[in-house]
Amino acid sequence: MEKFETYTGVGVPLRRSNVDTDQIIPAVYLKRITKTGFEDALFAAWRNDPEFILNQDAYRNGSVLFAGPDFGTGSSREHAVWALRDYGFKAVFSSKFADIFRGNSGKQGLVTGIISDADIEKIWQALEANPGLEATVDLVAKTVAVADIRVEFEIDEYTRWRLLEGLDDIGLTLRDEQSITDFEAKREAWRPKTLPAKGA
Amino acid sequence: MSSAPLTLAEKVWNDHLVVKGENGSPDLLYIDLHLVHEVTSPQAFDGLRLAGRPVRRPDLTIATEDHNTPTWDIDKPIADITSRTQIEALRKNAAEFGIRIHSLGDVDQGIVHVVGPQLGLTMPGITVVCGDSHTSTHGAFGALAMGIGTSEVEHVLATQTLPLKAFKTMAINVEGTLRPGVTAKDIILAVIAKIGTGGGQGYVLEYRGSAIRALSMEARMTICNMSIEAGARAGMVAPDQITFDYLKGRPHAPEGADWDAAVEYWKTLPTDAGAKFDAEVFLDANTLDPFVTWGTNPGQGVSLLDVVPSPDDFSDPNDKAAAERALEYMDLTPGTKMKDIRVDTVFLGSCTNSRIEDLRAAASIIKGKTKADGVRMMVVPGSAKVRLQAESEGLDQVFKDFGAEWRFAGCSMCLGMNPDQLAPGERAASTSNRNFEGRQGKGSRTHLVSPLVAAATAIRGTLSSPADLEGAN
Repeated sequence: MEKFETYTGVGVPLRRSNVDTDQIIPAVYLKRITKTGFEDALFAAWRNDPEFILNQDAYRNGSVLFAGPDFGTGSSREHAVWALRDYGFKAVFSSKFADIFRGNSGKQGLVTGIISDADIEKIWQALEANPGLEATVDLVAKTVAVADIRVEFEIDEYTRWRLLEGLDDIGLTLRDEQSITDFEAKREAWRPKTLPAKGA
Repeated sequence: MSSAPLTLAEKVWNDHLVVKGENGSPDLLYIDLHLVHEVTSPQAFDGLRLAGRPVRRPDLTIATEDHNTPTWDIDKPIADITSRTQIEALRKNAAEFGIRIHSLGDVDQGIVHVVGPQLGLTMPGITVVCGDSHTSTHGAFGALAMGIGTSEVEHVLATQTLPLKAFKTMAINVEGTLRPGVTAKDIILAVIAKIGTGGGQGYVLEYRGSAIRALSMEARMTICNMSIEAGARAGMVAPDQITFDYLKGRPHAPEGADWDAAVEYWKTLPTDAGAKFDAEVFLDANTLDPFVTWGTNPGQGVSLLDVVPSPDDFSDPNDKAAAERALEYMDLTPGTKMKDIRVDTVFLGSCTNSRIEDLRAAASIIKGKTKADGVRMMVVPGSAKVRLQAESEGLDQVFKDFGAEWRFAGCSMCLGMNPDQLAPGERAASTSNRNFEGRQGKGSRTHLVSPLVAAATAIRGTLSSPADLEGAN
């Protein structure tokens, strides 16, 4: 995973709330078995509409998304994050994210920053007044800036540290492998085991 | 150990702590049971392969095929190439990494959240994860059960642990007695309508109160299943005698001294008197009506006796805009009686409502009745075992006599990854869990309902409850 410190790219105002993961990537795209190449699937249903924001020239290369509240609700599919990432998005801002989506994002290097609805509205207006305007995300300072608007965003410290360091999840945990082995030694006999298989 | 009063969720959490997180880093929790299906796992196995890592505990892992599986002609090759590819990838990965798998055609195949409890693998006081948001289902046993993403699937496969951030707790108190025709599905739809699709974010919900205690295990699963639709991390019900009775004798349930030790521990799990929840919600079971959704998220629900709301009913501008969009998509006019909404299809199935009690409930309503003209009804049991059980009780014949399609087990039309989809503009009464735009097929329109409402709707052709059938054919 690449380290994330600061990033500047075209801001996209997505004036919708409750953007669930079925909208971010419809279930039909979940059938792939690769880990990349989901850029065509992002907002697939909406992209059929020529008026949709990402179909407008100024926003086509967008990489910083500003959305309404409750972004990423619904299905746990991590493909939603892959689709955003593969399209080129580096950061998403909203006043409220679904927990699973937010967890998934942190692991793929996608910044999810919380800013107030009022700030989102200000940024929407700025971007709409001047389509193609860039947004600068500074993870060190925890700020996002569009034109003369500069706001602090919320992100939990652990995820921020991981993003700043570009750290892989499993490697991090395996540093504690002895603790896992010790825990397993104490695991009670009644706890479930799938093998040997019983049933039928 | 200190004796500060704890909630059920806190107890299960504490008993799985491998490493306590410091300085804002998450706790590392041990995972007792990892359920795997074909959609969210291929890239996780791919990751293991790339890093040269084995599966740490194949004996705590089990896979089933459910999301893509056809519900007709299951003996024929799967026509859709990508569906087939995912299923073949799961079979190959299971063989390579030594994981137990129940494939299409196997008697233990079915929706992963139906199979786990059915095998007795889901137990009180354990941690369960699966790359599927409806993993919350297993919380009905007093397990801490969470949906995870594919990176986390890979993490659990490699380490049998998961770094998790502390959660808040919310008590959902449901007191009273449900009226006839009102079920667990109505409780959870009413809860979500009350707290909203984001109301549970950051919380583990605990469903409590006399109405919950009176529910069967399968009904409790229906409720916990939809916790995620309120945005919650998980949903739980404290284990009790109903839980123990359901579990006892199942293939993987503990036996002998292990059973006794387990029950002794399980009895310590319910939330202590005086334990504090971070939030509390109250719902009166006595006055609850059958609940149905009108919009495009599970929080957009009303009593079946009510009318389609107007955007002007919502003071929050986001809710108002969402209502406008939803009404347009659903092609509904404010003020229309919910009971006047005509449907094309009735879907009885999904991890929310495809267990034997759901099939029995629906069959009891349609038995001897005639299906409404032009309405299609699909019945998709949650597992091959549920299907066999239903057939042994003659329920399949009741459904067939009624004119319903009696199908094989899988996720089916809940999300339309297999050929079971609605056509654009088609409207369904569905016992599933999500009424999102396009969820059941491009342009599909979904009303979430209970199995009883689904059955009554199939008879009348419009959204209905069994109470509306008196005097009908």
